[in-house]
Amino acid sequence: MLGAALIVFREVLEAVLIVAIVMGASRGVAGRGRWVGGSIIAGGLGACLVAAFASAISSAMDGRGQELLNAGVLLLAVVMLGWHNTWMSAHGRELAARMRQVGHDVSVGLKPLSALALVTFFAVLREGSETVLFMYGLIASGAAGTGLLAGSFLGLSGGVALGGLIYRGLLVIPVSRFMSVVSWMVLVLAAGLAANAADYLNQAGLVPSLMPQVWDSSDILRQDGVIGTLLHILIGYTDRPMGIQVAFYVTTLATILLLMRISRPTTDPKPS
Amino acid sequence: MRKAFLITAAVLALTSGQALAANDAVRVIVIKNHHFEPTDVKIPADQRVKLLIDNQDPTPEEFESRDLRREKIVPGNTKATVWIGPLKTGEYHFSGEYNEDTAQGTLIVE
Repeated sequence: MLGAALIVFREVLEAVLIVAIVMGASRGVAGRGRWVGGSIIAGGLGACLVAAFASAISSAMDGRGQELLNAGVLLLAVVMLGWHNTWMSAHGRELAARMRQVGHDVSVGLKPLSALALVTFFAVLREGSETVLFMYGLIASGAAGTGLLAGSFLGLSGGVALGGLIYRGLLVIPVSRFMSVVSWMVLVLAAGLAANAADYLNQAGLVPSLMPQVWDSSDILRQDGVIGTLLHILIGYTDRPMGIQVAFYVTTLATILLLMRISRPTTDPKPS
Repeated sequence: MRKAFLITAAVLALTSGQALAANDAVRVIVIKNHHFEPTDVKIPADQRVKLLIDNQDPTPEEFESRDLRREKIVPGNTKATVWIGPLKTGEYHFSGEYNEDTAQGTLIVE
């Protein structure tokens, strides 16, 4: 039972952490609960669909369907996160000023919300489909099912609870620095997801590894340990990365930073 | 008619043989009762190898190897392809994430 709880916990963790960051990034925006909640539900339904068609997806594109779907979903999330940060860089100040002025949540229009909703949707879709498949396996194998099933729900609730805690933790950050902290979190999250996508693209044979192993830090910090897993999700930590992963990471980081800088309003006083 | 069939069969046999030879080595790993069969898979070094994961259990499994940087979901009663290599000699561990207690295996590159 605990084994099942752990597996499900691990599977939902990534989606949960991403949702926590998205909730942070959309703080003070009117209607975000509806958007994020709606995309979690849509992502869950999509996950069931992906799980139901797992064999068809797996055998699609010469047996590379799964890898390409994962890479595609990850890269779309990267684009949305990058776009969000660029938008915030252009409108963040004005938004914060309006929030102070009206003293409650402000509406920002559909664009930034829909980008974050899509990020949520993709995260739940990707991680959820693996959870659904695992739980389906438990149910299908019958017999020992009940304990394992209870374990799965335990893992699921544990993951959700942790997400809530992390969001609470984010709220502790002083309001004046909140936006810039969250935008850094979104930035490294996007870079990490891009590195994951590179992994899948390499697995599909579409990109070379460039270098099979750039470094090996598994002795210092294992990627599958508790801290390693968290860092893997949050900042894309990989203990034995391929060259192509490092390349994707650095390129994404540099591109988004550049876009943020370009879109920053020129009238703003330069921070000294 | 029969001759035509024989020729076609011969051509097919030849071309598929060539395709295999020109392509890469293939290793079949069967998943049964949440165990890998064989558990030790030997492959040549410095060569791309196609792993055909044949999941004969009714339940899905996730073929995972941190050493090989591969993870792939194999739904119940289906086969999935995982390309690996070229690899250096050594041992690379793999497991079935959904049944880690039993589904363990080692890829031996020599």
